[in-house]
Amino acid sequence: MVKVGYKSISQISGPLLFVEGIRDAGYNEMVTIEMADGEIKAGQVLDTRNGMAIVQVFGTTAGLDNSTTTVRFRGETARIKTSDEMLGRVFNGLGEPIDGGPNLAAGERRDIVGDAINPYSREEPSEFIETGISTIDGMNTLVRGQKLPIFSASGLPHNMLAAQIARQARTLKTDDSFAVIFGAMGITSEEANFFMNEFRKTGSLNRAAIFMNLSSDPSMERIILPRVALTAAEYLAYEKEYHVLVILTDMTNYCESLREISSAREEVPGRRGFPGYMYTDLSTIYERAGKIRGKNGSITQIPILTMPGDDITNPIPDLTGYITEGQIVMSRDLQRKGVYPPVDVLPSLSRLMNQGIGKGRTREDHRGVADQLYSAYAGGKDLRSLSAIVGEESLSASDRSYLSFAEHFEKRYVNQGLYESRTIEDTLSLSYDLLSEIPEAEMKRLKRDFIEKYGKWK
Amino acid sequence: MGKIVRVSGPVVIAEDIKNQKMFDVVRVGELNLVGEIIRISGNRATIQVYEDTSGMRPGESAETTGRPLSVELGPGLLKSIYDGIQRPLDLIREKTGDFIRRGYTANPIDLTKEWEFFPTVKKGDEIKPGQILGTVQETSLIQHRIMAPNHVSGKVSEILSGKMKITDVYAYIEGRGGKHELTMRQEWPVRTIRGVKSKLPPSIPLITGQRVIDTLFPVAKGGTVAVPGPFGSGKTVVQHQLSKWADSDIVVYVGCGERGNEMTEILATFPELQDPKSGKPLMERTILIANTSNMPVAAREASIYTGISIAEYYRDMGYGIALMADSTSRWAEALREISGRLEEMPGEEGYPAYLGRRLSEFYERSGNAIINGNPDRNGSITIVGAVSPPGGDISEPVSQNTLRVTRVFWALDSSLASRRHFPSINWLNSYSLYQNDLTSWFSENASNDWPQMYSRMMSILQKEAELQEVVQLVGYDALPDREKVTLDVARIIREDYLQQSAFDEVDQYCSLRKQDIMMRLIMHYSEQIEKAVAGGITMESLQGIPSREKISRIKEIRDKDLDKYFKDAIASIEQDIQRIKG
Repeated sequence: MVKVGYKSISQISGPLLFVEGIRDAGYNEMVTIEMADGEIKAGQVLDTRNGMAIVQVFGTTAGLDNSTTTVRFRGETARIKTSDEMLGRVFNGLGEPIDGGPNLAAGERRDIVGDAINPYSREEPSEFIETGISTIDGMNTLVRGQKLPIFSASGLPHNMLAAQIARQARTLKTDDSFAVIFGAMGITSEEANFFMNEFRKTGSLNRAAIFMNLSSDPSMERIILPRVALTAAEYLAYEKEYHVLVILTDMTNYCESLREISSAREEVPGRRGFPGYMYTDLSTIYERAGKIRGKNGSITQIPILTMPGDDITNPIPDLTGYITEGQIVMSRDLQRKGVYPPVDVLPSLSRLMNQGIGKGRTREDHRGVADQLYSAYAGGKDLRSLSAIVGEESLSASDRSYLSFAEHFEKRYVNQGLYESRTIEDTLSLSYDLLSEIPEAEMKRLKRDFIEKYGKWK
Repeated sequence: MGKIVRVSGPVVIAEDIKNQKMFDVVRVGELNLVGEIIRISGNRATIQVYEDTSGMRPGESAETTGRPLSVELGPGLLKSIYDGIQRPLDLIREKTGDFIRRGYTANPIDLTKEWEFFPTVKKGDEIKPGQILGTVQETSLIQHRIMAPNHVSGKVSEILSGKMKITDVYAYIEGRGGKHELTMRQEWPVRTIRGVKSKLPPSIPLITGQRVIDTLFPVAKGGTVAVPGPFGSGKTVVQHQLSKWADSDIVVYVGCGERGNEMTEILATFPELQDPKSGKPLMERTILIANTSNMPVAAREASIYTGISIAEYYRDMGYGIALMADSTSRWAEALREISGRLEEMPGEEGYPAYLGRRLSEFYERSGNAIINGNPDRNGSITIVGAVSPPGGDISEPVSQNTLRVTRVFWALDSSLASRRHFPSINWLNSYSLYQNDLTSWFSENASNDWPQMYSRMMSILQKEAELQEVVQLVGYDALPDREKVTLDVARIIREDYLQQSAFDEVDQYCSLRKQDIMMRLIMHYSEQIEKAVAGGITMESLQGIPSREKISRIKEIRDKDLDKYFKDAIASIEQDIQRIKG
């Protein structure tokens, strides 16, 4: 079907084209932009009026002009073809294959801006995912259908952690089909290679669909990419009953692209120049995680973001934390001490932990153990800064036990090997080993019965 | 018929809508999306659309319904889950599947269900607006009182009883303005305040079963609370705990721009949880408004008005309502987003200049009120508004404007949250301006010396904060024993009284009686230790005495075993001290 082309661009400004003479462009409609030399670009309508449409171009506007460039309105909002064949393939940010393979043969075309899940249709996520990483399983438990981001910073091993989770994650049920969707936004080719090798080595490439936008690729495609990736994930989860793990990296690049467009549109900026609607925009990505009643599949999201200047109050981590169900925070201090993964458990949190743990899921004492570890470690860290001022000698015996607990907690509990996968039993048992350094009377978070049953106090 | 001339996100401009009036509801586009007129200029109307406008084009139609955005009221509201403009999410799921499709509407209240109507007036009675004309048992907990609408007064010429639908006529009224036929189904424009006869000063606390709230920072029935806190500090858990355990008659929970899974949690847990007073499922007294963050922004703006209008309707029946708004910051952001699209001049941080006015208008709809109409009755609305300040910094406009109008402030603290001290309400920064008004209630209804125990506890906590600064400089050992006692007792108050588990079966709800006994035990311990230290015993030898564990374990004790446990604990404190004295 040939659509009428418009050569009536009146203005080009940043990534925006102002097309005149069009009377009925649809809001968010996709457009095809043809340059005189035959090169083709994609774009999307941001504002439509009687006689004019503002189009945002994906990619650079270099070479576009206001005399020969043709704009064709496609008559529909952004859609991609979805099918099982997506697994094992690599796509660009618009969902077009870039691995040299053929285009998807068959498939259902779906709108990439998915409708919101009816809150009434959601099922409470409660199925424990064992990642084999103590700081996550023991203290910030991940469950199926959760969105749990990693708050990292430049130079920290967030990619290794994400890969380790993807490699080790398993649930008690083993017969489920499992798929990974990997969405990379503006990452370097080195990072991309790391993930590709990782997927190849572990043989998980054929159950993964990869959406790749490198830092050299058009930044505008980063806005589309997570939506394309999640549309694929929704298809796999809700039509094909896969349990899908979606890794999105790096959300910071996504937000910066959002800011770029917003400033090109001359919108009133919010904090740090990010647009005021960034919360809503991010929520349309993160809220696509979940489980639906009566459907077997699920979408679990692990978005990764690097906090600019290690600052957790920056709008990117801040707004993310308000939407996601917790966060795993990485710490430069622990990294310096040589601890891997350098997860700082104190600001970390999993909001859905309680639903996934306890009797019949992990172990009856799990909640109490986690709370006890939290409060003991927090106490130990406070004393660490106090002893730096007044000296360790002036601390009481019980205080000194906290101090030494904090030390061992970091060395033995937080720290673990890149290929070490601990079962939840191992993690809980290790917790008691460490806690037994502190007098039993201080165990206020643990029920008496559990101390007697699992405790290692003499 | 009107025609669309511009579409930009949720803001649509249309021309030539006949009969365009401000804030009237408009149906726009081929999909018949719901919108509201928010600006008129010549023949152009600016419309805020409550649904996603993707694909909408200039040239499509726009038509006014001639009515402002309204809620539908009547029996059948309880136990429902609605979106921000009162569309029933359960029916929408039945019709359109697991994802919310656009342009779909369903009646908010079931029109086919039959209710047993009992009249409370008889033929020939003179009635006035607001008068209760009959009742319907809506759920096992709540009796729905059918009130005469605002414009209706006159003589009852006929009144029916028995089974009927909410659209059936139950009474005929001979009024000055002619004959009125009354049905149980009523409508109310959400942006209009339902008037009351007068408002009363608050005098009764809302008992929440949460120790830090009831004891230290209580809220009165009809009061207002601001709960600001950074993410992860437990705002939502506090709101959930309140909607579970607070002794209001009805709870309206507005999930405004928050997580979908949180609404699911309520839907999953409330039908199973029991109201501590009646033993009935909590869902029987709950109405949910769920406009999650990924649902359309304009409907988020409307959601708190939908919630408060429903709350006012039940208040007028004479009930006490607790309205939870989680989170008002997301509502304010919706306001900002729409204001930005309208190209209004921004105020602070891009929020519109009228943010403060809109917030105070909302909170002013709370209160303890005498209701219009016979019989005389009181009703109250308590508003608990969560605020999500960016970066946890409450100097931002939404927090500041909220604090100006609310009288209770529960400051959630991320450093408490990170050491899993929950509820993470900071005892030094929080306040309740109702504390004085409620003192006499507590001494009459809880115990005589409740106010003294409260002041003693607060002063120990304040003293602790001062001493902590000294300890930072000179170390714990340098303190005299007298002050070590204060630190010791303060720690017990913090860890064994203020901390309360929301997930422990026993500890999640703490009755006033239990709070009284727990305070009494801690105060007794404090006195005994002070006496012992004054008598020359060192604090070092007192540390780690076994009876201290008794104090921490009292949380786990059920109400029926409390008296015995209390006596045992007192005796064992005595023994421990005697033993050390030697």
